Amino acid sequence: MAELIELGLAEARDGLKAKRFSATELAKAHISAVEHARLLNAYVLETPDLALAQAADSDHRLARGEARALEGLPLGIKDLFCTKGVRTTAGSNILGGFTPGYESTVTSQLWRDGAVMLGKLNCDEFAMGSSNETSAFGPVVSPWLPPNWDGTRARGMIVKATADGGVPEGLLVPGGSSGGSAAAVAARLCLAATATDTGGSIRQPAAFTGTVGLKPTYGRCSRFGIVAFASSLDQAGPIGRSVRDCAILLRSMAGPDPRDSTSVDIAVPDFEAAVSRGVKGLKIGIPKEYRLDGMPNEIERLWGEGADWLKRAGAEIVDISLPHTSFALPAYYIVAPAEASSNLARYDGVRYGLRVPGRDVIEMYENTRAAGFGREVKRRVMIGAYVLSAGYYDAYYLRAQKTRTLIKRDFEKVFADGIDAILTPATPSAAFGIGEKSAASPIEMYLNDVFTVTVNMAGLPGISVPAGLDGKGLPLGLQLIGRPFDEETLFAAGQAIEDAAGRMSLPKVWWA
Amino acid sequence: MSVDAATVKRVAHLARIALPESEVERMQGELNAILSFVEELSKVDIEGVEPMTSVTPMRLKLREDNVSEGGIADAIVANAPLSEDHFFAVPKVVE
Repeated sequence: MAELIELGLAEARDGLKAKRFSATELAKAHISAVEHARLLNAYVLETPDLALAQAADSDHRLARGEARALEGLPLGIKDLFCTKGVRTTAGSNILGGFTPGYESTVTSQLWRDGAVMLGKLNCDEFAMGSSNETSAFGPVVSPWLPPNWDGTRARGMIVKATADGGVPEGLLVPGGSSGGSAAAVAARLCLAATATDTGGSIRQPAAFTGTVGLKPTYGRCSRFGIVAFASSLDQAGPIGRSVRDCAILLRSMAGPDPRDSTSVDIAVPDFEAAVSRGVKGLKIGIPKEYRLDGMPNEIERLWGEGADWLKRAGAEIVDISLPHTSFALPAYYIVAPAEASSNLARYDGVRYGLRVPGRDVIEMYENTRAAGFGREVKRRVMIGAYVLSAGYYDAYYLRAQKTRTLIKRDFEKVFADGIDAILTPATPSAAFGIGEKSAASPIEMYLNDVFTVTVNMAGLPGISVPAGLDGKGLPLGLQLIGRPFDEETLFAAGQAIEDAAGRMSLPKVWWA
Repeated sequence: MSVDAATVKRVAHLARIALPESEVERMQGELNAILSFVEELSKVDIEGVEPMTSVTPMRLKLREDNVSEGGIADAIVANAPLSEDHFFAVPKVVE
């Protein structure tokens, strides 16, 4: 039954409906794959009993011809989504053994539509990171091997690192913060996964692992029950092995929610129908500001190739300018930490999670937060506290929010000029090694998000689609940016890239 | 702008994060690296620009003024490190 895990989400759905296999068989194949992939550290919690119970229910419904949109389809859930009665950690020690008494709106909609939960997926602590190395559960190992590595050497490295209490240096990161989601999807440890994106956390790991990831328009998916990082930037979205799979999953994830006042009252379209729409007549913009000094030639080449593919499929390619692009990342590193410092104030050792005693209540807070937060989180909370503190608010936070207005205007202008979507590289490089950037200045790591962060700052939808391999045989992605609430065009154009580039052939199992 | 060691300690206290003396210097270096990176924003001409206050132009939604969920005190204190009779327990705050 191992071949069942090789199916895409759409193929598995169709196979279940045609009764070629049962939901229980599909769940068992995935549970076994997950159990044999613990070396990758993609799952922080496996829920096989829950999966089998849900699958049994799905089999009953399938037998009665009452299949729902995601009936019997096994998914992985980023551990940032609260799941009722199932431990939720956000990759942090400060949440300890937190077991939510409620379900996030996004996941509740997946279960409403019949999906099966395999477990909770590793991620950077509070989604702060671009490599999954800040997780309290340790790094996720990408299923993609560096050049000249074989499975035996990789397995040996992981076993040794685990025994020594170190990290498997030399192996590759899956990106982050949704590193567990991307690695699990690439390694066929679930049909697709939920993820979240504040500055690139869906699109960058998707690009690093040869998978497809879509960050919807701000307000498309409810944020209720998702552990908050930066509330004006956070959005939930899918990671899958094809554009179509992401379209199917997004339809169930999306929709207005009375519990999130920023979720927008707008109907959820049939995203899957948009996948085969084609790009004839679309105007695709190529922003000159995304051509960075020192960008690897292969990324530049792939970007040009992507434009050619879309042109051949019938789109018109137009050179555009987004003049404030270079300010997006610095503005992000004011806005996101400011919001994080405010959001993370709730971790005080009183209502949930870790508590470390002190002489008085203040010392209890300080000791709890010192012990519970990792280094990257402390850094960002402190930067946030600083830029919001008396005397600095105007110089930093207000200036950053004004810059944000300018970034958004850049996009509004090109969309008003008739541009339907914008094509850019997804990341400035392919995946790097575990330990390679985490020891350097934090800025090194932040630069990973240079192409994705503009999209969050402007609240727009963006998709990363695998487009080819670099010289070392590692996947690279292209990003498409769309108008607000026009994810459909991204699915259509994303499919055109997938058709031209061919489905990414994912690494063979070496980790079992 | 850059921060000195005293500012780092003040900010740590504002953020309610205990910062041992031995970690101040490293944190100072990291914060200054980030602050010098965001310094780039001083080049932006923001004259007359409104700050972004809402990502999507929309009216904030209102709901009926009534209890939507309640009577779940057990669930609310279920994850508390210390609670008594549906109260969160903390070290003495008032002498």
